[in-house]
Amino acid sequence: MATVAEKTAIPTGIWKSDPVHSNVGFSVKHMVVATFRGSFDDFAVTLDNSGDEPVIYGAVRVASVDVRDEKLNGHLLSPDFFDAERTPEIRFTSTDIRTEGDELVVDGELEIKGTSRPVEARGTIVGPIENIAGKEGIGIDLSTTVDRRDYGLNWNAQLPKGGFAVENEVTLQVQLELGKAE
Amino acid sequence: MRVLGISGSLRQGSHNTHLLRVAAQVAPPPHELEIFDGLRDVPPYDADDDVNPAPEAVQRLRDAIDEADAILIATPEYNSSLPGQLKNALDWASRPFPGNALRNKPVAVIGASTGMFGAVWAQAEARKVLGATGARVVDIELPVPQAEAAFAGDRLADSEVHDSLARILDELTATAEAGGEPAQLAAAA
Repeated sequence: MATVAEKTAIPTGIWKSDPVHSNVGFSVKHMVVATFRGSFDDFAVTLDNSGDEPVIYGAVRVASVDVRDEKLNGHLLSPDFFDAERTPEIRFTSTDIRTEGDELVVDGELEIKGTSRPVEARGTIVGPIENIAGKEGIGIDLSTTVDRRDYGLNWNAQLPKGGFAVENEVTLQVQLELGKAE
Repeated sequence: MRVLGISGSLRQGSHNTHLLRVAAQVAPPPHELEIFDGLRDVPPYDADDDVNPAPEAVQRLRDAIDEADAILIATPEYNSSLPGQLKNALDWASRPFPGNALRNKPVAVIGASTGMFGAVWAQAEARKVLGATGARVVDIELPVPQAEAAFAGDRLADSEVHDSLARILDELTATAEAGGEPAQLAAAA
C-alpha cells in the first residue's frame, strides 16, 4: 500500500536547539559484535518555519567529538576519519519535511568531511508545549543511517581472526529540544 | 616550504639516505629538504621516560618534525616491515598523543631495497603507523628495487622512477599548502 505523504503542521516561527537538553550522536558496530556510541558536544540546529516552507539546518563542530577516550577522540579527528583540521564541521540542510502517519520524515543534504549527499531521516516531532519558564518548546528526534565510506571515512583494520574493526554502516541520531526564538 | 627527510636506515652508505639526497635535489624551489641526522640517538621508547622534559634526542626529533611543513620518510624493509628504530622514533614522536608533532603533518613514504620489491611492504606499514598517529598521509608509494644499481650520482638511474619521485614531492608540498575551510557553526546558532 502506498503511503500518502502530507505536510505536517510544523509549528510556525523560528526554533533553536537547546545545547544542554539536546544530543547529537552516532553508533556503529565495533569488533563485529559490540555497538560503539559517540556524541558531539558542540552543535546548533535551527527549525525555521517563518517562511513558505519549513527548513531545518544545523552544524556540528567536529572537534567536539566525544567517545570517552582521548586517544580515540584524537584518531577520529585525524585525516583517517573526520579530518577536523580541513573540514571542521558537519552540516545539514533539509530539502523537504513531511509526516507519514505519526512519523516525521526529513530529506536533506548531509555534509561530512566536505562531501555532501542526500539523506532521509525519520523520527518524531512533539509540541509545542510551554516549559517551566513559560517559554514554548518542541522536541524533534531523528535518525538516519549512512555508509561512512560515502563520506571518505574509510579507515578500518582487519581483525586477526577475520572481520573488520569498525562497520561501515553508521546510525546518526539527534534528540533535540528546541525553544522558540524571541 | 621546509620538508624534513627521515631515513629509516642508520647505515653510513644507506640507499634510503641516498634516496633522500636525490629528493633534496628534485625538491622544486623554493622548497627545501633537510635530512634528519638524529635517528640513531633516539632511545628505546619507555613510558617511564616519556615525561616533560623529554629526553634530548626525542625533543630534537619532535622539534624537527614540528618545524617542518611536511615529512618525507625513506624506509628500508626488514622482515617485511619497517625498521625497529624508525618505528621507535615514530612512537616517540606520537607522544603525548592528542597534540603530537605528527598530528595533521603531511607525510609521504618512499623506500629502497636491494631486493625486487623496493620496500613496498615497509612503506605500507609505515603509512599505517603514521595514519594512527594522526598524520596527513599522502596515499602514494615509491618502491625503488635493486638499490645497488638504482642510483646514478644525484639522480635515480631509471628516469621514470626519478620523475615519480619529483611527482611525490609535488604532491607532498601541495598537500602541505592546501588549507582548511572556514567554520559556519555560528550561522545556525
